[in-house]
Amino acid sequence: MEKFVSIENVGMTFDTKKGKFVALRDVNLGIRQGEFVSLIGHSGCGKSTLLNLIAGLTLPTTGAMICAGREIPGPGPERAVVFQNHSLLPWLTCFENVYLAVERVFSETETRVQLKARTQSVLELVGLAHAMHKYPGEISGGMKQRVGIARALAMEPKVLLMDEPFGALDALTRARLQDELMAICEKTQATTVMVTHDVDEAVLLSDRIVMMTNGPAATIGEVLEVKLPRPRDRLSLTQNADYMAYRSAVIEFLYTKQSHPLAA
Amino acid sequence: MTTLSATALPAGPYAGALGANATHTKEHAMETRKEPAKASAPSDTTQQAAAMRAFFAKVLPPILGLALLIGLWHLATAKGGSIPTPAQTWEAAAKLFADPFYRNGPNDQGIGWNILSSLQRVAIGFGFAALVGIPAGFLLGRFALLSSIVNPIISLLRPVSPLAWLPIGLLVFKRADPAATWTIFICSIWPMIMNTAQGVQRVPQDYLNVARVLNLSEWKIVTKILFPSVLPYMLTGIRLSIGTAWLVIVAAEMLTGGVGIGFWVWDEWNNLKVEHIIIAIFIIGIVGLILEQLLVFLAKQLRTEA
Repeated sequence: MEKFVSIENVGMTFDTKKGKFVALRDVNLGIRQGEFVSLIGHSGCGKSTLLNLIAGLTLPTTGAMICAGREIPGPGPERAVVFQNHSLLPWLTCFENVYLAVERVFSETETRVQLKARTQSVLELVGLAHAMHKYPGEISGGMKQRVGIARALAMEPKVLLMDEPFGALDALTRARLQDELMAICEKTQATTVMVTHDVDEAVLLSDRIVMMTNGPAATIGEVLEVKLPRPRDRLSLTQNADYMAYRSAVIEFLYTKQSHPLAA
Repeated sequence: MTTLSATALPAGPYAGALGANATHTKEHAMETRKEPAKASAPSDTTQQAAAMRAFFAKVLPPILGLALLIGLWHLATAKGGSIPTPAQTWEAAAKLFADPFYRNGPNDQGIGWNILSSLQRVAIGFGFAALVGIPAGFLLGRFALLSSIVNPIISLLRPVSPLAWLPIGLLVFKRADPAATWTIFICSIWPMIMNTAQGVQRVPQDYLNVARVLNLSEWKIVTKILFPSVLPYMLTGIRLSIGTAWLVIVAAEMLTGGVGIGFWVWDEWNNLKVEHIIIAIFIIGIVGLILEQLLVFLAKQLRTEA
């Protein structure tokens, strides 16, 4: 397997007031180019920590993180992050929020007109052409999250990292955004890593589901390859035996092998 | 009044039949606005009455408070004594404001000139304080080492009355006027530094993570992320500063003399024109209130919601 992102023997220890806290240990994972990988586990299992490590927002205490043949030196636009709470700048319009990212990545090679066209087209991609000159405070949670996705996609990242991107949304909005995300990933062939705690979301979207053991000192428990054909349709999948089997495999891992931590 | 609400209440199918009563309702509502509870009825015209009630509920209590103050003042001074009555003060104020911008030499100028000179001193001192304090606050908020070097100094100097700095100002500038401005500078700068620095430290980590992932330049971080998110804190600092500056200028001018509302108070005390002193107290209060409200308004205009 050709690894595009490679996580080798990674451990993460935080210094807290109560002493050292081991969040992750012995994490080994390779991600192929164009692959969609989900990280799933109970809260506190370090899945967001692992995502932040790939993003470069934190650096590992032990082991090596490699992306496209190079060690990850820190955060950068080639590993774009869709944050859990969208993290749009409230004083900029949706357009300006995305433009800030576009400008940073492409301003050396493209004219302002091209930059603006780029911004506009990515906002159209997430279905927000009509609201792009509104401020984040004026649009719904689902729309904000789409702007967050647009901002990340606009950078044309090598890896798209998403930290529970749909966690704060209602079920209907979440389903629609999941469908859109699938279509976008199909189109852009983006390598994607998504943190989630939603079993259906993980099975529906992923090529592989990485299941993590409970923290502290969490690590990868099992990796499940999801061999459902694409494009996937959520409606027909509900009757699909394979889908059900994948789903129960994840549920079994989460609720039998890694039953809920006591202090959840 | 009870019959009115009884007839006006059943809206809907009877609304047409009650049309004649509706105009009645409005008139009654106007007459009886001091008893708003009784005029409640859900129809078009009573909606107006409801809006009216809401308005009076907001405006009446403050007016009542002021009336109470003036009433007590009147009661306390009606029997004579050294403090003038409200009526005497009002007469003096009318005379004073009839010609606010006269000039009879350096020590006898209209009340308007006095207010303006005080405001000018505050503006200059405050302006310099903002010019120095806001960038200083940014630096202190951004660089922890600098902050731990400078913080003890600030903690030491901040509780000192700005008037204690007046002699230093007189010594350095050799003139009274810049010395007064200097005290304003000193008292305005602390809240500005402290609040700006606090704002910089409280920039949400999420925004800084965005900056890190986008790999923004330091200039973009300052203009697109730090400055807008610190702005509300800065405005709080500015509001506190201007409040203190306006408090301090009166005291500073009493000591330095010249033209200004503080000097004027002291001058009128020497002339034993007590009603003018009371007028000055009101003027100082009103100007302070206006300054405060201006900044509150400005803060509202600049507020952005996430």
